[in-house]
Amino acid sequence: MTEEHMTTDTTTPDSLGPLELAVPELSLVCLIGASGSGKSTFARTHFGRYEVLSSDVCRGLVSDDEHDQAATPAAFEVLSFIAGKRLDAGRLTVIDATNVQPDARRQLVRLARDHDVLPVAVVLDLPERVCLDRTATRADRNVGDAVVRRQRDQLRRSIRQLGREGFRTVHVLRTEQDVARAVVVRQRLLTDFRDQHGPFDVIGDVHGCRPELEALLDRLGYQLVRDAAGRTVDAVPPAGRSAVFLGDLVDRGPDSPGVLRLVMGMVAAGHARCVPGNHEQKLVRALEGKQVQVSHGLETTLAQLAAEPPEFRDAVLRFCRDLVSHLVLDDGNLVVAHAGLKQEYQGRASARVRSFALYGDTTGETDEFGLPVRYPWARDYRGPAMVLYGHTPTPEPEWVNNTLCLDTGCVFGGRLTALRYPERELVSVPATRVHYEPARPFPVTAELEAGSAARQRDPDDLAIIDVLGRRTVETTLAGRVTVREEQAAGALEVMSRWAIDPRWLLHLPPTMAPTATGDPDSPELEHPASAFEFYRRSGVRQVVGQEKHMGSRAVVLVCRDAERAAARFGVTDGASGAVHTRTGRTFFDAVTTEHLLTAVRAAVTDAGLWAEFDTDWVLLDAELLPWSAKAEDLLRQQYAAVGAAARAVLPPAVAAVQAAADRGLDVGDLLARTRERAADAEAFTAAYRRYVWPTSGLQGVQLAPFQLLATEGRRWTDHDHDWHLGLADRLVRAAPELFRSTRRIAVDTGDPDSVAAGTRWWRALTDVGGEGMVVKPLANLVRGERGLVQPGIKVRGREYLRLIYGPDYTRPEHLDRLRRRELGRKRSLALREYALGVESLDRVVRREPLWRIHEAVFAVLALESDPVDPRL
Amino acid sequence: MLLTLTATASPALPDATDLGFLLFKHPGRAQRFPSSVGVAHVFWPEATAARSTVALLVEVDPIGLVRGRGGRGSAESSALSQYVNDRPYAASSMLTVALGRVFGTAMTGRCDARPELVGRALDLEISLPALPARGGADLTQRLFAPLGWSVTAAPLPLDPELPDWGDSPYQDVRLAGRLTVATALTQLSVLIPVLDDGKHHWIGDDDVDKLLRSGGDWLPGHPERDLITRRYLGHHRTLVQDASTRFAALDDRPDDQADATPDATPARPLQRLRREAVLAALRAEQASSVVDLGCGEGALLRDLLADSTFSSVIGVDVSHRALAAAGRRLQLDRMPDRQRDRLQLLQSSATYRDDRLTGQDAVVLMEVIEHLDADRLPALSRSVFGAARPRTVLVTTPNAEHNVRYPHLAAGTMRHRDHRFEWTRAEFRSWADDVAAAHGYDVQFSPIGDDDPQVGPPTQMAVFRRSA
Repeated sequence: MTEEHMTTDTTTPDSLGPLELAVPELSLVCLIGASGSGKSTFARTHFGRYEVLSSDVCRGLVSDDEHDQAATPAAFEVLSFIAGKRLDAGRLTVIDATNVQPDARRQLVRLARDHDVLPVAVVLDLPERVCLDRTATRADRNVGDAVVRRQRDQLRRSIRQLGREGFRTVHVLRTEQDVARAVVVRQRLLTDFRDQHGPFDVIGDVHGCRPELEALLDRLGYQLVRDAAGRTVDAVPPAGRSAVFLGDLVDRGPDSPGVLRLVMGMVAAGHARCVPGNHEQKLVRALEGKQVQVSHGLETTLAQLAAEPPEFRDAVLRFCRDLVSHLVLDDGNLVVAHAGLKQEYQGRASARVRSFALYGDTTGETDEFGLPVRYPWARDYRGPAMVLYGHTPTPEPEWVNNTLCLDTGCVFGGRLTALRYPERELVSVPATRVHYEPARPFPVTAELEAGSAARQRDPDDLAIIDVLGRRTVETTLAGRVTVREEQAAGALEVMSRWAIDPRWLLHLPPTMAPTATGDPDSPELEHPASAFEFYRRSGVRQVVGQEKHMGSRAVVLVCRDAERAAARFGVTDGASGAVHTRTGRTFFDAVTTEHLLTAVRAAVTDAGLWAEFDTDWVLLDAELLPWSAKAEDLLRQQYAAVGAAARAVLPPAVAAVQAAADRGLDVGDLLARTRERAADAEAFTAAYRRYVWPTSGLQGVQLAPFQLLATEGRRWTDHDHDWHLGLADRLVRAAPELFRSTRRIAVDTGDPDSVAAGTRWWRALTDVGGEGMVVKPLANLVRGERGLVQPGIKVRGREYLRLIYGPDYTRPEHLDRLRRRELGRKRSLALREYALGVESLDRVVRREPLWRIHEAVFAVLALESDPVDPRL
Repeated sequence: MLLTLTATASPALPDATDLGFLLFKHPGRAQRFPSSVGVAHVFWPEATAARSTVALLVEVDPIGLVRGRGGRGSAESSALSQYVNDRPYAASSMLTVALGRVFGTAMTGRCDARPELVGRALDLEISLPALPARGGADLTQRLFAPLGWSVTAAPLPLDPELPDWGDSPYQDVRLAGRLTVATALTQLSVLIPVLDDGKHHWIGDDDVDKLLRSGGDWLPGHPERDLITRRYLGHHRTLVQDASTRFAALDDRPDDQADATPDATPARPLQRLRREAVLAALRAEQASSVVDLGCGEGALLRDLLADSTFSSVIGVDVSHRALAAAGRRLQLDRMPDRQRDRLQLLQSSATYRDDRLTGQDAVVLMEVIEHLDADRLPALSRSVFGAARPRTVLVTTPNAEHNVRYPHLAAGTMRHRDHRFEWTRAEFRSWADDVAAAHGYDVQFSPIGDDDPQVGPPTQMAVFRRSA
C-alpha cells in the first residue's frame, strides 16, 4: 500500500542530460534553501506566476518591508490563507521561503495535510560560496555571511529528516549544474484515471464468495478463464467494458484465496481495477507479521491462505499493499472508494483521505453490537461526481444524493451486486447461502422478495444550504442562472409553508412575457401582429397560436399507481401524483387530488401512453379551469370588491354631475368621462364573471393539457407543438368531460395573409370574451442567432386586460402610459425561468438527487420574487 | 371617490346657499383642484335657499398609483401595487387628502364673508356611496353615532349575480346631524381612514399632531378612542402610545383607564401561559442553549433573553419579515453586547435540515406544527429530531377538543385561518409517540391553561427527551 513517495538526490551526478524532478500534479511544493541559493529564480523558471507564493512578498504585503522579520507570523498567515484557497481549488502551489528551520516546515506539512495534498520538498543545497557571492551582490539586501552560514548549517542538518517530517517527495539539488539541468515533471496522481471512460461494471463487497462472484461475472457477460487446475484466474469482459472492485474481497467467505486469484488475474490482465477495503488493509498487516486482532472473518482468510504456497501469499501481500485508496474515473464523473468519499477528498491524497476511503466517516462511537457508528456522509453529499462504494451491508442499493452503496451483504446471505456504469443498471446474484453470521442482524430475502415498493427508504434529505443564500444554478440551455439572496429568502417562506412535498415538485412553469405594445394607433394594448413580428425577427417562421384558457396554470404528475409512485418518487402516503400551481401549491386537498388523478390516469391508460412511452409516470403542463377553482378568494376579495365599489360610486357620481350640468354649470367633459367609467365598471364586472363557474369538488373542473413535459427517461420539450397538441387531443378523446382541447392556429410569420388570418382568429376569440392566445414557435424549443428564443408570447384580449390593468385601462390617457412598458427584463426573466424549468426536468429524467432537482425548481420560485412589475 | 355634503335651511342657516361661503366654493361654479392623489372636482348638484349640496368627486389616477410610487417597500402596501384597486372608488385616506386640499380653510373654522355662521350647528347630510367598513358592519354606527350623527349604512353586495358571495366590505352610508361644517369635515377626515384601516402614505410623528389637532375637541371622550387612535396611526405602537398619553391629558376619564397604553395591556393570557409553561419546561430540562424554531416576532425570545441561564438563544423563522420585526421589537441595535452575544436570528425552515441548529440543548416548536400541512410533518421531524437532535424538544399545539369552549368559534372551524389542522389530544399523542419511537426520544405530555375535565386544556404540550 504505497502512497506517492520518491526521492531524488544528486550527490553524484552521473549524466549531463536533463534532471527530472517528479512532482505530483496537485501538491504543495516547498522550496528549501539558504539565502542566495536561488529559490526565487528556480521558482520563476519552473512554475507559473501565480503558483509561487513568496514569504518575502507576503511580508511586504503586511508590513511594507519584505525583510521585516517581525512581520513573519502575520506574513505566514497571509501566505497559508492564499495557499489554502489554491489547494482547495486543486491548484499546485509553491512556497518560496528559506524553510531551513524544522518549525517552518512543520507548518507547511500541516498546511498540505489540512488540504489533503502531498507535501513535496525541493532542496537547493548549493555550496556556501555560491550563496555568499549571490547575497553579497544583492542590491536590496545583504543578509550577512553569518546568517547564510547559519541557514546552510540548519539546512544540512535537516535534509535527512525531511521524509520523517512528512514530505512524500524530496528532491535535493547540490550544484549549479544540477539546478541548470533540472526539469520539473508533473505527474498524475495515482488516483487519477479521469481519462478512463469505461463503461464499467462496479462490483460490491465479495468477502470470499467466489462462486457468487463467478456467477455475477457471468451475468455481466464476462468469459471466465481457468487454469490447468480448473481455478478461475481471469475473466474477459465484453468489448470495451472493464470491472471495478470496491474492496473487501476477502474475509468471512468460503474462498478468499480463490477470489483474490481471480481479481488479481483480472487486474494484471487490465480487465479490472480494484480499490482496497478495510479487510485488505488488515490482511496486509497480518501478512506483514504485525500484531493484529484476528477477528471479523480475518481468521477464515488466514486459515485458507495457509493452504496456499508462500509465493501466492507474497503476491497477495504485494497486490493488496499497492492498492490505491480510491479512483477518480471518467473525467471526474465517477469516484469509487470502498467506504465512499466526500467531495473534498476526491482526487486528494492524505492519511485521512485514505482512512475515509477505507472506513468511512465514523463518529468514534460504537453501537450496541460493538460496531463503529458511521456518520451518514452521503446525506450531506452535494458533489457532482457519482460515488460508488460498499462497506456497509444494505438489503437494497438506494441512491442517496448521487451516491450508491453496492454492498448487498452477499456473505451474510444477501446478494452480490454490480452497477453498470454509465447505464446505472443494477445486476445482482443471490448468495448461495448464509456464509457468515453477521454481528448486527442483516435483513434478507423475505423483505427483498416482498418487492421494492414496500420497502421503507430514508427520503433524500434537503438541506437549507441547498436553497438559501446567493446561488448559481448551472443550466444546459442558458448557462449559469443566478438567484440573488433576497430572492431566495423570499421564496423560502412560500416553498416551506405553501408548496407541496418537494419530492412531487419536479417542475415549475416559467413566467411568460407579453407581446410588445408599441403601436400607438392600435386600440388594443396587446395585438397579435407584434407577436408574429417578434418571432419573424427572431428567425422563426412557423408559429402556433394557442388559445389561452381561462383558468390557472397547472402541472400534473400522474403515476400508474401509488406503489410505483412511492417507488419512483419516495412518497409513501398512498398518493399517486400531484396537481400543483405555478408556485408549487396544491389545487385541491389530498382526497380530491386523488380523485382527479384517478380520472387523469384512466385517460392516460385509455390513450395507451404508459406503454407508448414505457413509463410509470407522466408529467403534463396544463391549464386547470375554472380560475375560480383556485382563485375564488382573489376573485371575491379583489375583483368583485373593486367591482362593487365602482358600481356603487359611479352611478351616483354620474347623477351628481348630471344635476350640476342641468343647473348650467360648466362641468366640462367630466360628465362624459364619468359615464364612460361607469360603463367600464360594468365591463370589468362582466370580465371577471366569465371566470366564475360553480364547481363542487371536481364537478365542473376541467384540464386543458398542452404539453407533455416528461416521462421516465425522456424530456419532451424538444418535440413540436403539433405533436404535443395531438397527444393532448388523444386525452380529450379518452375523457372529453375532464379534458378540454386547446384551439390553435398555425401562422407563417413571413406571410402577411397568414398573419392577418392569425389576427382575425385572435379577434374572434377575444371578441366573445376569450382571454387571448399564446404564440409559440411551432418547433417548441428554438435557438436563434441571439440564443434561446422566447418559448411563448402572450397576446391578451381587450376585455380580459381589465382584470390586469384595472377597469378604466382602455381610456386613452391610461392606455398611452401602459403602452410604455419595459419588456426587456420580463423577457430575460422568462428565458431564465424557462432554462431552469427545462433543467429541472432534465435532472428528474437523469434521476439526479432530489437536492439537484429542488435547486432548479426553487430557483424558479425565487426568480419570481424579482421586483419586476408584477402585473406585466 | 364621491362625497356629497348637503345643508338644509334652518334658523341657523336661513339661506342654504350660504354653505358656499363656509366652504369658500361658489355654488355657481364647477372647479377642479389637482392634488397628490388625483384631480378633485367640486360642483353643486343643487343650490337653492332651501337646500344646497356640494359634491366632491376625486378622479384617482389608477396607473399613476402603481407606477408613480416611490421607493417604499411594496410588502405592506401591496394593495397599492395592483392596478385592480378599490382606491379610485372607495372612500379612503385619499379622500381625506382631497378634503384637506379642497376644504382645508373651512375645516379651520374660518369664514370671511359670513363670520357669524362659523360657530353654528347646521342641519347637514353627508353621503358616501362606497365607504369601506373593515371590522364589522356596525362600526360605522359606533364611530359616528356618539358624535351626534344619525347613521344609515346599507351594506353593498359583492356581486348581485353571485349572491353566495355575500356582502362586500363597502357600505352606502348617509349621515345626518346638526354640527358645524368645520367639525363635520374634520370628523370625516379622521374617521374615513379609520374605517378603511389602510393608509396610503407613510405614517409618522406628524400624524400624531394631526390627530390631536383634528380630534382634540371630540376624540378624547369618544368611546372608540383607542380603536380610532390605533387605526389612524397605522397600528404603530410607539405612535399610538404617544397619542394615548397626550389624549389622556385632555381626558376626564379616570386614570386607570387612561393609562391603558398598549404596553400595559396584558397579552392574551393563553399566550403568556404558553410561554411560561415552555420556559418552566426548559428550566426543568436544564437547557442552556435553546432554538426557538418559528420564533415569529420574538415574544418567547424576549423571555429567554431575560433569563441569563439561557446562554445561547437562536430565533429561527421562515419569514424574513418576521425576523426583521423580531429584531425591531427586541431592539437589537440597542441591546447590550453581553445580551446581544447570546442571541442569533436565523432565517431557516423546519422542513429543511439546517446544520446551524445542531448541538443545542433544546428546540422549541411553540404553535408551529399546525401551520404546516400534515404531509410535511415527516420532513419537520427528520430535520428536528433526526438531524438537529437536541436533548430536548418542546412542541405545543392547540387542543381541538377545547374549541367547543370558545363561543365565538363556529363548530368545525379552527382558531386561526392559517392553521392546517388542529389535533385532539389523542391525535397529538399518536403523532408524538410515533416521532419519539422513530427517532429515539421519550415523550411526556402536559396541559397548558385550564385543564377542562371534559375537553382538556386549550393548548397541549409534548416534552421529548432524547433517550439514545
